[in-house]
Amino acid sequence: MKKKKGAQKIVFKSEKDFPLMPMSIGSMLFNKTGAWRNIKPVINLEKCIQCGICWKFCPDVAIFIEKEWPVIDYEYCKGCGLCAEECPTKCIAMVEEEK
Amino acid sequence: MKKVIMGNHALSYGAKLGRAQVIAAYPITPQTQVVELLSEMCADKSLDAMFIKVESEHSAMAACLGASLAGARTFTATSAQGLALMHELLHWASGGRLPVVMGNINRAMAPGWSIWSDQNDSLSQRDTGWMQFYCSSNQEVLDTVIQAFKVSEKLLIPSMVILDAFTLSHTYEVVDIPDQKKVDEYLPPFNPSIKLTPEEPHAFGGLTSPEHYFELRYKLQKEMEKAPALIEKTGKEYEKMFGRYLGLVEKHRCDDADLILITSGAMGSTARIAVDELRKEGIKAGNLRIKVFRPFPFEIIRNAVKGAKKIAVVDRNISYGHHGMFFEEVKSALYGYSDGLPVFGFITGLGGRDITPSTFKEITQYTLERDKPKEEIIWIGVKL
Amino acid sequence: MKKEKKMKLSLPEVELMNSGHMACQGCGATLAMRFALKALGQKVALCIPACCWSVIDGPFPYSSLDVPIFHCAFETAAVSASGVKAGLEMVGDKETTVVAWAGDGGTFDIGIQALSGVAERNDDIIYICYDNEAYMNTGIQRSSATPYGAWTTTTPVKHFKNRPKKDMEAIMAAHRIPYIATASIGYPEDLVKKVKKAKEIKGTKFLHIFAPCPPGWKSQPEDTIKLARMAVQNAIFPLYEIEWGEKYTLNIKLKEKKPINDYLKIQGRFRHLTKKEIVFIQEEVDKKWERLLLCVNGSK
Ligand SMILES: Cc1ncc(C[n+]2csc(CCOP(=O)(O)OP(=O)(O)O)c2C)c(N)n1
Ligand code: SF4
Ligand code: SF4
Ligand code: SF4
Ligand SMILES: [Mg+2]
Repeated sequence: MKKKKGAQKIVFKSEKDFPLMPMSIGSMLFNKTGAWRNIKPVINLEKCIQCGICWKFCPDVAIFIEKEWPVIDYEYCKGCGLCAEECPTKCIAMVEEEK
Repeated sequence: MKKVIMGNHALSYGAKLGRAQVIAAYPITPQTQVVELLSEMCADKSLDAMFIKVESEHSAMAACLGASLAGARTFTATSAQGLALMHELLHWASGGRLPVVMGNINRAMAPGWSIWSDQNDSLSQRDTGWMQFYCSSNQEVLDTVIQAFKVSEKLLIPSMVILDAFTLSHTYEVVDIPDQKKVDEYLPPFNPSIKLTPEEPHAFGGLTSPEHYFELRYKLQKEMEKAPALIEKTGKEYEKMFGRYLGLVEKHRCDDADLILITSGAMGSTARIAVDELRKEGIKAGNLRIKVFRPFPFEIIRNAVKGAKKIAVVDRNISYGHHGMFFEEVKSALYGYSDGLPVFGFITGLGGRDITPSTFKEITQYTLERDKPKEEIIWIGVKL
Repeated sequence: MKKEKKMKLSLPEVELMNSGHMACQGCGATLAMRFALKALGQKVALCIPACCWSVIDGPFPYSSLDVPIFHCAFETAAVSASGVKAGLEMVGDKETTVVAWAGDGGTFDIGIQALSGVAERNDDIIYICYDNEAYMNTGIQRSSATPYGAWTTTTPVKHFKNRPKKDMEAIMAAHRIPYIATASIGYPEDLVKKVKKAKEIKGTKFLHIFAPCPPGWKSQPEDTIKLARMAVQNAIFPLYEIEWGEKYTLNIKLKEKKPINDYLKIQGRFRHLTKKEIVFIQEEVDKKWERLLLCVNGSK
């Protein structure tokens, strides 16, 4: 469940490059929304029961499963706290982001 | 094959011969026969198209946009109030570069309710980024629909094929209906390189910041600027195959004319009759009919009026607080190019008031009696 | 670390929505999209009118979805989808599911005419309304989906919304379309099941997804799912299906219907309500619930 596409910002070098209609030609993945975060989720895997609920409810697709465990993608996590709130074992702590 | 048909059916036949694939339309007088005949053609499968019988003109245009984005050739037709209701989506069509072709029957705007001809409906859509073709015969209507598909799809800019209410829409004329095979040869299937498909997912028409919007509009204008040459080229190709040239303007006895009457739409044929009669009286008049209003054919108009001493522009429309719209545009095209050539602006025929050869004679009389126009607008036929 | 065990995911793994999108923290509308796409899969085309999702997706020349989107005019979601469907069929693509994806404003208000036309013709599309109960894109103005009592910027506290939420399901049922369902981001498995079901049905399908919005509801981002669940449990937003406008099925049965107080309490948009008004709202919810049960029982 790794990210698929490249994550470049698009720069048009010539008139030819520029699409003739307003259409997407790249992915928003370039937009690292982790910078929006004030508090960050930290998973204590000791208490994790691998239920996948945090993965399920992340609006930012910022939790992926690696070797059967949830991993937070801090590049994109906006720190909403939904995962921590919904985790049945309360093993995700929301901690102050050091800025 | 020659057939005697009404202007509305000329639109339907144009759409059929052009093999429109998706049609969405809503009835309004005086357009109804366009959609009635298309419904029948779809029902008896003489036209392989999906006809979406929408609940409004707004939805008609919206459906056409969706279908066009999916890569289908689309057609609709409307008039007056219906066209006004579509307004927002007309911008959507051009801005989204969706080559919809639409018939519009020129009808005066309410209130009061009028089903009769004038051009304020389509001219109010002047700045929406559509090409506008004002036709003067049923034959031209049919031919222009076919040409419009070709030009629109090449430039990815939508087209409006326009005809006068009743004078054309409900008047029966002999029309040569071209052979389907030959039309297919002229007009290949629509096959855009970019379209809405899960095979290659793009998001179309999303939020566009000041960083990019400007360039998109620049590109639209740049393509629009290619249209005059393309219309002439495809018009010549059409002439080669079908014997009828489809150009930007039509000239009648302009070459040696002292006075050129500039008209648009069906009144062009009336003007031509008037010109011939005036010539018999020894007045060297000519008629320049502007067929394509958008893009505006600057060059050809500048050249056409070169030898003339006076110009009279006859408008069946008005921009309130300003002038007739063709008058305004002709003046702006000539500014700096015509060395003080007097241009007279006449408004006549609003809301379907008859325009007859004597209307043009009155106009001619006025122009002959004066060196320069004394009024901003010269009204012809107001009974007050 | 403990012994390795297989993680059991209750939703399809496929991810057609990407990170990096523009939604606020804890956005319910975004989860609605993520879940719906899991059910729809790759062979889908979306028509999205003006709404939060026209921003969430990201600006030109980007998108956060791996499916094609037609960003269409505000009032045209349904018929744009009909047009796309017709267009795709005419160019030989008969498989792609075409989905109109609109907010409550685009559905209950400005888009209802086009939607009604599509439903009356039974055009083969799925219409999904994600409902955050106001015009959020333009800064939280009331819509006809805004519930009684709520604050919005056009229903200020002194003049809070004093009309009930429009019963969109009843309106759609009156069109006798094959499938109508309510769903909630608090019940993603149910939501996914319904979208999958809709995908298999020909004709117009209408799905109404409850999607809390933290800035618009003045709630905490982490409470989004909790709120969505509560609204089902207290019958403010019950989960049910209607087939052909007649057959009602309740999907989440309530052993005990919760009172609405806790739900209202954690949303700033209801903070001004007095006891009397809350009692009134509760009565209205109860009545509506009874009416629904009558329909459900009548269908048996
Ligand atoms: C014809 C038209 N009128 C008004 C607007 C402005 N507008 C854009 S989105 C929006 C509100 C959308 O509300 P809703 O459908 O509930 O979606 P949300 O933003 O809440 O997700 C409005 C009023 C518009 N884009 N087009
Ligand atoms: S805090 Fe929010 S954005 Fe971050 S991982 Fe948890 S659910 Fe996702
Ligand atoms: S919700 Fe909690 S217990 Fe479940 S997988 Fe996530 S971290 Fe582990
Ligand atoms: S305003 Fe609400 S619906 Fe819109 S993006 Fe933010 S949270 Fe989502
Ligand atoms: Mg809304």
